[in-house]
Formats: sequence, structure tokens, C-alpha cells
Amino acid sequence: METKLAVYICTGCGIGEALDIEALSKVATKDCKAPICRNHPNLCSQDGVQLIKNDIANEGANVLVIAACSPRVMYDVFAFDDCVVERTNIREQVVWCQKPNDEDTQMMAEDYVRMGAAKAKKTELPEPYKPEQEMSKDILVVGGGLAGLTAALEASKAGYQVVLVEKEAELGGFQKKVAQKVTFPYKELTANDLNQLVQAVESDSGIKVYTGAKVEKISGGPCVFDVSIKQNGSTAEHHMGAIVLAAGWQPYDPANLDGKLGYGASPNVITNVQFEEMFTSGAVVRPSDQTPVKNAAFLQCAGQRDPEYLPYCSSVCCFTALKQAIQIKQQDPDANVFVVYKEMRTPGQGEDFYRKAQQEGIVFVRCQSPEVMVQGSKLTVEADDELSGEKILLADLDLVVLATGMVPATAFGEDFKAVQPKEGEEKEKEDEIKVPADAILVSDILNLEYRQGPELPGLRYGFPDSHYICFPYESRRTGIYAAGCVRRPMGVAGALEDAAGAAMKAIQCVELTTRGASVHPRAGDLSYPEFFMQRCTQCKRCTEECPFGAINEDEKANPLPQPTRCRRCSVCMGACPERIISFKNYSIAMIGDMIKAIEVPEEDEEKPRIVILACENDAYPALDMVGLRRMTYNAWVRVIPLRCLGSLNLVWIADTLSKGIDGVFLLGCRHGDEYQCHFIKGSELSEIRLSKVKETLDRLVLESDRVRFEMLSIADCDRLPALLDEFAARLVEIGPNPYKGY
Amino acid sequence: MAKAVTQSILVVGGGMSGLSAAIEAAEAGHEVYLVEKNPYLGGRVAQLHKYFPKLCPPYCGLEINFRRLKNNPKVRIFTLAEVTSISGSEGDWDVSIKLNPRYVNEKCTGCNKCSEACTMEIDNPFNYGMDKIKAAYLPHDMAFPMRYVLDPALVKGSEAKKVKEACPYDAIDLDMQAQTVQLKMGAVVWATGWKPYDAAKLDTYGFGTYPNVITNVMMERLAAYNGPTQGKILRPSDGKAPETIAFIQCAGSRDENHLPFCSSICCLASLKQSTYIREQYPDAKITIFFIDIRATDRLEDFYRKVKEDPNIQFFKGKVAKIEQDAATSNLILRVEDTTTMSLHEIPAELVVLATGMQPNTSESPVPTSLAYDDYGFVAAMAARPGLFASGCTRTPAGVSESVQDGTAAALKAIQSLVRR
Repeated sequence: METKLAVYICTGCGIGEALDIEALSKVATKDCKAPICRNHPNLCSQDGVQLIKNDIANEGANVLVIAACSPRVMYDVFAFDDCVVERTNIREQVVWCQKPNDEDTQMMAEDYVRMGAAKAKKTELPEPYKPEQEMSKDILVVGGGLAGLTAALEASKAGYQVVLVEKEAELGGFQKKVAQKVTFPYKELTANDLNQLVQAVESDSGIKVYTGAKVEKISGGPCVFDVSIKQNGSTAEHHMGAIVLAAGWQPYDPANLDGKLGYGASPNVITNVQFEEMFTSGAVVRPSDQTPVKNAAFLQCAGQRDPEYLPYCSSVCCFTALKQAIQIKQQDPDANVFVVYKEMRTPGQGEDFYRKAQQEGIVFVRCQSPEVMVQGSKLTVEADDELSGEKILLADLDLVVLATGMVPATAFGEDFKAVQPKEGEEKEKEDEIKVPADAILVSDILNLEYRQGPELPGLRYGFPDSHYICFPYESRRTGIYAAGCVRRPMGVAGALEDAAGAAMKAIQCVELTTRGASVHPRAGDLSYPEFFMQRCTQCKRCTEECPFGAINEDEKANPLPQPTRCRRCSVCMGACPERIISFKNYSIAMIGDMIKAIEVPEEDEEKPRIVILACENDAYPALDMVGLRRMTYNAWVRVIPLRCLGSLNLVWIADTLSKGIDGVFLLGCRHGDEYQCHFIKGSELSEIRLSKVKETLDRLVLESDRVRFEMLSIADCDRLPALLDEFAARLVEIGPNPYKGY
Repeated sequence: MAKAVTQSILVVGGGMSGLSAAIEAAEAGHEVYLVEKNPYLGGRVAQLHKYFPKLCPPYCGLEINFRRLKNNPKVRIFTLAEVTSISGSEGDWDVSIKLNPRYVNEKCTGCNKCSEACTMEIDNPFNYGMDKIKAAYLPHDMAFPMRYVLDPALVKGSEAKKVKEACPYDAIDLDMQAQTVQLKMGAVVWATGWKPYDAAKLDTYGFGTYPNVITNVMMERLAAYNGPTQGKILRPSDGKAPETIAFIQCAGSRDENHLPFCSSICCLASLKQSTYIREQYPDAKITIFFIDIRATDRLEDFYRKVKEDPNIQFFKGKVAKIEQDAATSNLILRVEDTTTMSLHEIPAELVVLATGMQPNTSESPVPTSLAYDDYGFVAAMAARPGLFASGCTRTPAGVSESVQDGTAAALKAIQSLVRR
């Protein structure tokens, strides 16, 4: 396609008063060789937009550089079909944060126009990815418990075909053991209606159910998943769109509990799960002799909230104890029932259920460390009652029920890294970049044929949960969404909503993927990475560093990208030392050209230059906010937004320093345990890469302080001016880049 | 399957739950109308300093969500808008939406000229009235849409003309009137959220009388850089850095005289806020008065971490009364120690009331008939066929749960469209 560059400079919002617009236009026409360059006092007005539209229609302008406000605003105004649109931010990040009519301010704006034009020239319009295989919109649900059944039914009700795989012979999961549940409105015990749900699923023509079955293998990616399901010795193949993982949980093994809780010392010390089974199968009796229970105690947080056992709270055990205590009371109103608890956790309207239990005459004892003593068939619990401050004895007990917690099904199995066959005897290369590995346990649930491991990576304690508070369905394996207690401990009400939510995400994934678009967080992005394979050296960095496991390997160890798994973060592009990975609208050459477009003043002008590579989601808006608040920052900086700092390719550092630019400042998101990087480890990878380049700089006697990485959040606009000044001051100390003028 | 009359989904409430419902449905290819009564989206979370347990800024996720909206023309947004009536049935709802005047039209570029020209100040609603803001204003740093607002008092006042003339882009329309639009919708998601329980009703705590008794939502603003004190936690009476701080949990919650339910988030909110204080004041001493600390699931990790801080004390007991020392504006907390049955007097320079969540539906119900629980929450997500409640409209919930719920509600709404 023939391209024609047009540069539009808005002079509104203070731009015209702060800059020499004529000189700026000259940069566009002379330096950038733009055949069209126009100014407008209010470019976002109807009149201004019409100006652009006329050029598109009459002049054939199709590569548009709009030097005006931040791309974060007026996004709907400056949208032109079939044109490359580059928004050059000379409002928030130039005139609103710099001295008006100042030489440095003018130079900054001029550089941004050059950089914008350079970027626009290297941008192509992306075309959506279409795989060769037929795309499926069907949803696979793994796990036929409450969450899995609900996810299947919810997806089917929205018009999607579902395949449900359950490992047991019958559907229902843990809830099969449960006769009564605690849920909204939390006033009374509620009869469990699981059978209705099972029937609804079984009679739904849109849901194909496999019981007594397991997923043997999953290959491919969203909309092209190939799933092998093994049942009764035969294997069924399904072509699927997206996956809901609802594999549920296992009770914590009571044999591992602290001996003072008495488990194993008497048959009359049981777990809350054993209580459910006993209640559902008939009456609650003393296990040792099947006599009625007159006195019972529930000991909460048995091996929970304790780093030596389960460090977390399983969320439901308080409700379960209240329910079971009420069940004993309803069986025998004269029974003495105690609940020995550390914290009573009945959030929301659940407080009503706690109140009901109190009204039923259940006695609550707050105690951090109860002890069970066994005397024949009778039990005694010794507890330090925090309310009275006294040691009390709950004697003559027929039954002690321990509230053991939930362990997600994904927490079982060996560490994938440990079982992975080591590849050859390759010595670790000196410049090897150590990539933080995913925590994947071989739990034999999904059996993904992914190079990075067969299951979803765990977050903590084996839960494959999202680490994002505002995006609980963020998944590190695209198109696979965890729901229910496998994701985090939750009760019945929570599991129902969670299953519907995960089904929603699965549906959304197939809808976006069939349009060739990315899913969250770059939802709708049509670009995807292209690999120039002839130059690949099989170094494996792209396959190892992709945060989403999107790149497998073929037999010859070539990377085998699976584009429907791709989240378009471009971490692979940053990882590749041969620079063979690029997107139509984002590439190494593009950022390189932006860097090269910066004019570097001679040493004697004493105008150092700093390239800021900024995360476009957090650091870039923070820089905008500095402008919005009319604070000022250092005039030597030139900001280049990156999709993710993880797309940082080290060649950019070389490009920058060899051009005589004095420093490079990377502004990325927080990483580590509480990472905020939207692409999991992109920010961390960029810092690791930078540390490698620092070593090289030291070797070249080019001061390593010229490059710096800083974690910066979107709310850190107040920190920015000082941070940039401090870096600039350090560069002055170091002195000019010796490559200036080369 | 027969199709609904219209394929559009109405989402009422642009807070975390509604925002999520709208975006999730739109990204699955559905047309959505999002109605928000504030001049900006983001709801209560926009006013939070940080989220627990990660201590990350809400703006970060909001930026992503706003970008999702910007990239998705399927979502139509009405701010300063309220739904006044809903009639009809699943797949065929008739909805009236009242659009209140912003007095600023789409020509606004956000240049700030109107604000510069304006001298009138109003209490800043974003900061719960703790500071003043110009009556021509941008609600906050990340207001979306980024468009200024004129306070009605300014429009009626003598300065209106001057402010209008200051706008170079003809974006101010002083004659803007409230108007009503009628829309046909296939499904409705109601997510109007919550408001902080009125702490003045806790009459023994002196909120509103004693300046150094504040609420947890106010503490969020005090800690935020874009709050009234540029992020310095200073006590309101004299701007002093507090050395002793008390958090009173269940201030109104779990109390049959006020909110009988538990508001679910206040324990973690206070734990989080105690970290704000400890970060700024390494010597400050904090006491948290509680009944139970409800740090469910992995949030327990955060509770454990906070408990390790020797400067944070946990005191099980309810504060009966707060008194103020008139000379210093310091506070004295009268607390009954249930263990010894003795009365303690504990001094504090700043008291934070962990007030709970009152559902907005308890005062502004959904304008159609449906069932509520005893406290004004909508009784079920499927409130009626084709009308769904999500987030804190249904139950007190944290951010993650609200998103989860909004995502689920989006699916229910989509089912409505294919069902009929």
C-alpha cells in the first residue's frame, strides 16, 4: 500500500502559546519529509477532525501523526479507519510539564514529532490472525462438582456447546456428601439441591458429559484446543474453544495434624468432612459405639491459619461448624454443643447465621490453642477461654469435630521442574538469563502439552488463582480459567458466581479469538508476533520467557508459536537476541527508529538526553498526570511508551548509547511477590536483561549508571519529577556520553 | 432459540462491579449501555488509596479497564445519569434514564481554563468534603471521561458567565437541562453499590463533633496523594501527625441497632490502613479494637504480616464511648475489657471508625418491583428474569468478589438475550 504521511499539530490547550509552531511544522515537513503538515487551534473539534478527513479523502493521507494531547484522551475523536494513527503527546508530556517558550521545551516537542513520524512510518495495520484449523467455540469444563456443573450449565444457557469431564463415576463432587448447605439468605439451613443441578446438566442437550473420565492430553490453544478424554479404556477427541478448570479440592489430611487435637487417638475425634458423611448417611452418633451424641465440641482452624500446616483460612469452616452444631441441636435440643474458635468468620449476611447458632443455644468459646484429651470413649477439651480469661474444661464429650481445611486439587503432584528431563549436558552459558520459573505441579488434571508445564501455574499454596485484585480471572494460560475451590477457598454461594464468571471469561475468549483478537489485558488487539525463522538460533529464550506459555518447540527445537495463546505483551520480542520477532504495529526497528529520531546536541551545548522507556499502562499515565497537575519535570527526557517493559530488547540500549544519548531510564511496574506487571513477569525480565547490559557497559568502560530501572506505579506521579532530576544529576556527574557526535 | 426484542444490556452503576459487567459483556460482542450517577466511572474504588492485600493502587486496574472501554465502541456511557423507571420483561425492558446536566459538553478538552477563571469553591465530594475544590472542576486525576463539571451552584451564581467565557472551545452550556432518554433493553444488571454507613448515627463516638474521629473511607483519602493532604496522614483538628491511632472495627456493623450484617471488608481495610500509617510514621502506635478479624482465604497472609508489627496492637473488645479532651482535641476511648470486666480508658490522637457498607438500594431501590433482604440488599442475583443484581448491591464484597460477581452477572444478562 502506498503511504502518505500527514502531520497535524494542534495549537490549542496552551500548545500554541508555549511552542514555536512554525518551527515545529518545519520539523515535520523537512526532517520527517511529511508532504502534509497542518495546524489547527482546536484539532479535536469537528472542524479540526474534518481537516484530517479531507486530507484522507482528497490527498490520500493515510499515515497520520497527530501532535496534540495524550493518546489516553480523545481516543474516539482521532480514530480514522484504514489509517495508521500515531498520537504524539505534546500537551500533557510537553507544554503542561515544561517551561513555556523555552528552548528545551521546543526541542522536546520537535523530538516528539520526529519520533512520532518515525514510529508511524514503521507501523502497519495489523490483520487478524486466522489459524489453519477450524476454530471451535465449544467450552470444556474439567470437574463435575458444584462449580463445574454450574459452569457447564451457565455456558450452555448462553448458547455454547459444552463438554464436561468428571473423574468420578457420578457427577456432584464434594457436594454429594452434603445434605444441607449454608447460603443466602443465611437464616436457616438450606436443603442441598445438587440433584436438580445434576439432572439439569444431564438432560441438557448442549452438554456432553464424560464421567469416570480424565483429560489425557490438551494441545493447541484457544479455539484450536485438541482434547483427548479417556473413559473406560477408550479415548474421545474433542476440538475445543476454551476451558474452565473446576477440579475442586481435597480435605487436608487429618493424619498430619498436631497430636494435641486428638485425631487418631479416638474414633470419636472426626473431621468436618467425616461429620458431613455421617449426617448424610443417617444420624449423628458417637462413632465408637453408635450411641447418640449428647455433648459435642467443634474445634475450628484445625491445622489452618498456621504456617506449619495450611497457612490460609479455608473460608467455609466457620459456617460448616455452625451448621453441624445446629444439626446436632436439631437432632437433640438438649445436647450441649460447643464451638471453640479463634476468629468467627461469617462475613456479609452470613452474620445472621452466626446469630441463629447463638439463638439455638450453641456455646462459643474463643480460644487459640485447644487440646483434646481422650478417656476411653469420652473426650475432654481443655481451652483457655479468652472471654473469661480462665482455663476451662469441656468434659464428657461424645464427639469432637475438627475443622480441617481445603487443599486445591492442583496442589498435589511433583514439581514440574524437578521431573522435567534435563536437556543434554549443556553448560550454563555465562550470559544466561535466569528466568523466574512458574510453580507448576504435575497434578494430572489438564495434561497440557505446553513446553512450560502440563498444568496451570500456581500462585500460592498451589491455588492457580489470579494475582490481580481487579482481574480475578486473569489466567496465565490463555483461555483456561479456574473456578470454584480450586481457585481459592469459597462456599457454595461463591462457587456459583465464580463458575458463572469463569464461564463468561471462556465465552469471551472464544468470541475474541475467533475475531483474531487478543484477550485481556490487551483485549481486542489484532496484532500478533511474527517470527523470521531463518535467523532463529534455537536459543529458547522466547519459549522460556513467554509469561503465558504461548510458545512450544518443534522436534528441531525451533520455537513453535501458538498465536491464539498469545497475549501480545511482546516479551518474546524483547527476549530474542536475534531480533526475529515483530508485530505489524510494534517492532524492534520501530522503537529503534524512534530512538534514532532524537536529536542529540553537541557536548558543548550541555544538553544531555535521556530516553525513558515507560510501561504504557502505568508509568506513562503517571507522566501524563504530572502534566495534568502542571508539575514540571526534567526537560532532557524523551519518553517512549512500551507495551510492557518485558518487550525491552537490549539492542535499544545499544541504539541509545551509541547515538550519544546520555542515559536510559526504564520505568516499569513492581515485580517480585507482589508483582503489578500486567504481563506477570515482563517488568522483572526487563530488569534482569538490564543487569546483563550493565555488566557489558562496565566492561566497555561505559558507566553502568547510565542505565537505570525503577519500579513506578501509576499513582506515583508525585515521585516522578525528583526521580528524573536525580537521574539527570547523576548523568551530569558521570559526564557526557563519549559516543556523542559519532 | 427465539431472540430477545433487543440485544442490548443495560448496566446501572459504573463502579467496580458494573464496570466489569459492562466490559465483560462488551468484549464478548454484546452492546452495552452503562449508566453512572457520578460524573466519572470507577465508583468507590477510585477513591481508595491502595487495595489490600497487595497494596497496589486502584488506578492501575482502572486504567486497564478504561482502555478496554476506549477500545470497545460497543459500550455507550452515560455519566451523571440515573435510571428512573424500568418496565416490561426479560428481553424487552423499557428503561427511562435521566441525564443530569454537567453544563460541559463534548467539546471540553480538559484544558482547565474554566477552573482557572472560577473563584467559587465547593466541598470536594471526591475527598468526602475534607477539602475544597473549584466549582468548575475535574473530579479527580483519572476521571473518565476526562471532562470537566460545573457545580449547579456555580451555574446559578454570578460567576457563571465569566467561567463560560473563559472556555476557548465553547464547551460550557449554562442552559443545559436535565433530560430523559427512553431505551429498550434486553437485560439489566443493577450494580449501584454501597455507601459508607452514616457514622453520625453512632452517637457515642462523636463523629461530626470530634474532628479527630474519622471514618475508614476518609482515611483512604488522607493517605492518597490526590487527597486533601497530598497523602500525608494528618489529623483534621490541627494538621498534626498522629502518634497514637485507634481503629474501631464493626463501627455500626454486626450491630442490630445499626447494620446487623458484617460488611466483610472493614477488617482488611483497617489492617491495610494501619500499614499506611506505619509507613509514614515509624514510631506511631496503633490499636485495633475488634470482635473477630475476618481475613478469609489467603488474606490470612496479610493479617499475619500485620500482626508481626510490634507497634500494632489488637484489642478484643468494643469501644463503648469516645470522649474528647477539649484542650488538645485528643480522644479518650472507654473500652470494656471483657476478660477482667474492668473499664479501660485509652487515649488516641486519631480514631478511625471502620464503618460498614450500606447498600444504596436500601435508600434508592431499583425502580421496579423486586425482592430485597432485611437490610436492603437485592435478595438474589437473578432478582427477576432478565434483571440481575451484582456486587455490593447483593452482598458486602471486596474488589475481587465484586469483579467476579459483575462477570457472572454479565453472563446471566447474555443468557437473557438468547433465551426468549
